[in-house]
Amino acid sequence: MTDKQAVTLSINGDCHDVLADPRRTLLQVLREQLSLTGTKCGCNNGVCGSCTVLIDDLPMRACLTLAVAATDREITTIEGLETGGELHPVQQAFIEYQGMQCGFCTPGMVIAAKALLDRNPDPTLDEIRDELSGNLCRCTGYVKIADAVLSLVDADRGQN
Amino acid sequence: MSANMADNMQVNPIIGASVPRIEGPEKASGRAIYTDDITRPGMLHAALLGSHYAHARILSVDTSAARALPGVKAVLVGTDLPHNYIGMFIKDQLPLARDKVRYSGEPVAAVAAIDVQTARRALRLIEIEYEELEPVTDIEEALKPGATVIHEQRDEYPTMYELPREPNAICFTEFMEGDPSSAWDQCDVIVEDEYQVPAQYHMYMEPSSTVAEMDGNGKVTVWTSTQGVARSQMYTALAMGLPMSKVRVIAPRIGGGFGGKCEFTNQPITALLAQATGRPVKLTFSREDDMTMMKRRHGGRIYMKTGATKDGTLVARDCRIVLDGGAYADESPEVSPVAAFFSQGPYRIPNMRVEAWSVYTNLSRASAFRGFGNPQATFASESQLDDLAEQLGMDPVELRLANALEQDDKFFCGKTIEKATMKACLEKVRDASDWAGKRLHGTPARPGKKRGIGVAGMSHISGLAGAGANVLLNEDGSVTLNCGAVDIGQGSDTIFTQIVAAALALDMDQVNFAAPDTDSSPYQFQTSASRNTYVIGNAVKKAGDDVREQIYRHAGEILECNSADLELRQGGVVGVKGVPDAALPFAAIAGRALWQEGGPIMGTHNWLYTPQDRMDPKRMLLRGFALMPDAIGIFTFGAQVAEVEVDEVTGQVEVLEYWAAHDVGKAINKASVEGQIEGGIVQMLGYALTEEMLWDNGRMINPTMMDYKIPGMADAPYKIHSLLIEEAEESAPYGAKGVGEICAVGPAPAIANAIKNAVGARVNQIPATPERVLKAMQSADDAD
Repeated sequence: MTDKQAVTLSINGDCHDVLADPRRTLLQVLREQLSLTGTKCGCNNGVCGSCTVLIDDLPMRACLTLAVAATDREITTIEGLETGGELHPVQQAFIEYQGMQCGFCTPGMVIAAKALLDRNPDPTLDEIRDELSGNLCRCTGYVKIADAVLSLVDADRGQN
Repeated sequence: MSANMADNMQVNPIIGASVPRIEGPEKASGRAIYTDDITRPGMLHAALLGSHYAHARILSVDTSAARALPGVKAVLVGTDLPHNYIGMFIKDQLPLARDKVRYSGEPVAAVAAIDVQTARRALRLIEIEYEELEPVTDIEEALKPGATVIHEQRDEYPTMYELPREPNAICFTEFMEGDPSSAWDQCDVIVEDEYQVPAQYHMYMEPSSTVAEMDGNGKVTVWTSTQGVARSQMYTALAMGLPMSKVRVIAPRIGGGFGGKCEFTNQPITALLAQATGRPVKLTFSREDDMTMMKRRHGGRIYMKTGATKDGTLVARDCRIVLDGGAYADESPEVSPVAAFFSQGPYRIPNMRVEAWSVYTNLSRASAFRGFGNPQATFASESQLDDLAEQLGMDPVELRLANALEQDDKFFCGKTIEKATMKACLEKVRDASDWAGKRLHGTPARPGKKRGIGVAGMSHISGLAGAGANVLLNEDGSVTLNCGAVDIGQGSDTIFTQIVAAALALDMDQVNFAAPDTDSSPYQFQTSASRNTYVIGNAVKKAGDDVREQIYRHAGEILECNSADLELRQGGVVGVKGVPDAALPFAAIAGRALWQEGGPIMGTHNWLYTPQDRMDPKRMLLRGFALMPDAIGIFTFGAQVAEVEVDEVTGQVEVLEYWAAHDVGKAINKASVEGQIEGGIVQMLGYALTEEMLWDNGRMINPTMMDYKIPGMADAPYKIHSLLIEEAEESAPYGAKGVGEICAVGPAPAIANAIKNAVGARVNQIPATPERVLKAMQSADDAD
């Protein structure tokens, strides 16, 4: 048995002190110890992207990140995108364009899309397809996800 | 004019609107609760031990070390469980293997412990002594006399159909029309080939998961990722030896299913662990466990021969379909007959014989999967039609148009066609894709690549099994709809809400969609067979109509007028036609019913698809269908065109653009219909190009997302054109038919035909991996 370590995690602007086995992933700690269940586990292998969170504004796989390695970093999960009870524009666009079906990949997809738009507010369709290709969806065929992201490009830049 | 058609003339504008999903905000915000997100007080965590061997006898089991591990609360093996076999058409399976294991990964032991890590550690302490047996992994070998028998006691299992003689056969189906043996003489051109289709894994993003808890009275409550709460309830009760009245099943949000969460997944074993420990138990599969322990699409071989006269009239077809059912039957007795039923395709072929087998093998069990048997058969038939067209010197679309079923034709086996829209689908997809221009002149490809375009026609059903729905008028005039239907992501919660909103002229947020719960929902078969919109939608609409009639009765008494003089006004108001001031809110009606007159208002309706005609046994030979084809629903039609580029050096195929024309009757929610079509096409783009479960001597060698590749965003074309044909189906709610499965029937042959058009090579085995495409290109070159 490995001794647990005290870990301080900064998540969605709140500090959480948790005792965690150093082998535990950020995904496990988020879901099982902090009840932040919006972040999903689809493969636990770093492939599907359902567990995507922002760590210091970069999209990362929570299933491949050890919780102890996330100390002193700013972690944003899907639960942290709302402000003042208002959904983030990316979340609203996914709803409006039906960029979701079963919804299981949606939190990771929304986080990845937000990260893309933060970094590049004016992505082309090909850039969107490339950047989001690490987030798998089995339901939508991706068209309406791309439409949701493109709608934000249009809204910001007023172009097609 | 039928009542339905009259309704359709004044349909509320919510029907057809692309309203956002009612559960959109909870899914986008991360608040949606899936089964693994549920925690119960004192909850234990479970893990299953899968068999190391594909085929072996269990000689002895020692669980003492596992039981002794601190934190372990229960260890179950096959002999600890009631000896109750479960299954759909043949009860051949136990929640844990008892005497024998029949596939690598088959659950042999279950542990419940204080956490998952402890449960997994305990699994490693379980010692099982096996006597290894020869695994049967080839379907043709399995059928041969003298083959190793997988289920020695097969003939003793409770069965709903006639078992074939061959001991490893799950089922055998044979249909025949006309005189296929002599018809070949009339043919000028005959093509004959063999096709191979892979085992495809559903890869719903949410791995199977169940939480079960037993109360002090011996009633178990199950929260589970399922396609049908009543099905999970039935199998759980059966496995535990309890009446269904002692099992309650609730469906939280479901992270996809595609057929893989039909019937049962891990509900029975989780409930048995809850019973054994007296505590709540959660069992969530790892992806690898889900891939090795759960279900998949039937792989198999299809032998097909088709003949036509030189003017392009189809004359005869002979077809033999052998599908790999895996270690347990599950829905095989439905899947291979459906494959046989659709092997004729949406065309007239007057002389036709088909036989279809599902065969036991020592591989994981095959099950329902979007299209259940139809995509396999259609891959063969639509590939073969293109080869026939080539030999006839005919355009592939023209050949299909010349033979497409029309209104006066009967479907294979003599079933009446409700709306013959096959030609309309073909014409629409031909025109939208600029088929003639691209076929004649081609389109320039990028350097090093060749471009091609291919077509496929398809038909499927929409229907199956009974549905009930209740609509309750709440005291404030809003309503609650309860129909027990599980939305696995396709959007049925929203569709049903729209239907009730339309029936009662309510706003979407005045309709509460009740979560499926066997304690309160009407009995409901599962989400399958493209049945939700059509079958459940009928029950839902008629339950809404029932409420409207009751509201009119009360309103007529209060306002002293005839029901015929009343109308609904948007937002929950009933009033007198032409008299704006004569109006009552629904709340006034609900209050009167509750306190003064008649009792609370509840509309209810139960509905079952009833065929217009029965199979005519004089017309055809028909045997071995566990579920008669006349009972499976109404027909739907579609046609699809794929445009691809093939890399001449690597054989890599990219799908550039896609056109899909589908007869949907009426799109209740246009964006959701498009979403179904887009998702079905991309899922089957994986089937066509990359997806294949692989076993080595019975051991799965690619049970990870890394090694089993589903399409990502960059692999899928953005330009998917959904072309909807909306000819209202009279027996359907607002005319709407299902589209979730038919869109998945055509992509594999459309893409294979496009590859042929691009590089002149016929790929008879999917997925069309670069290696297979290159090999086919090489063979085509050699033949020239």
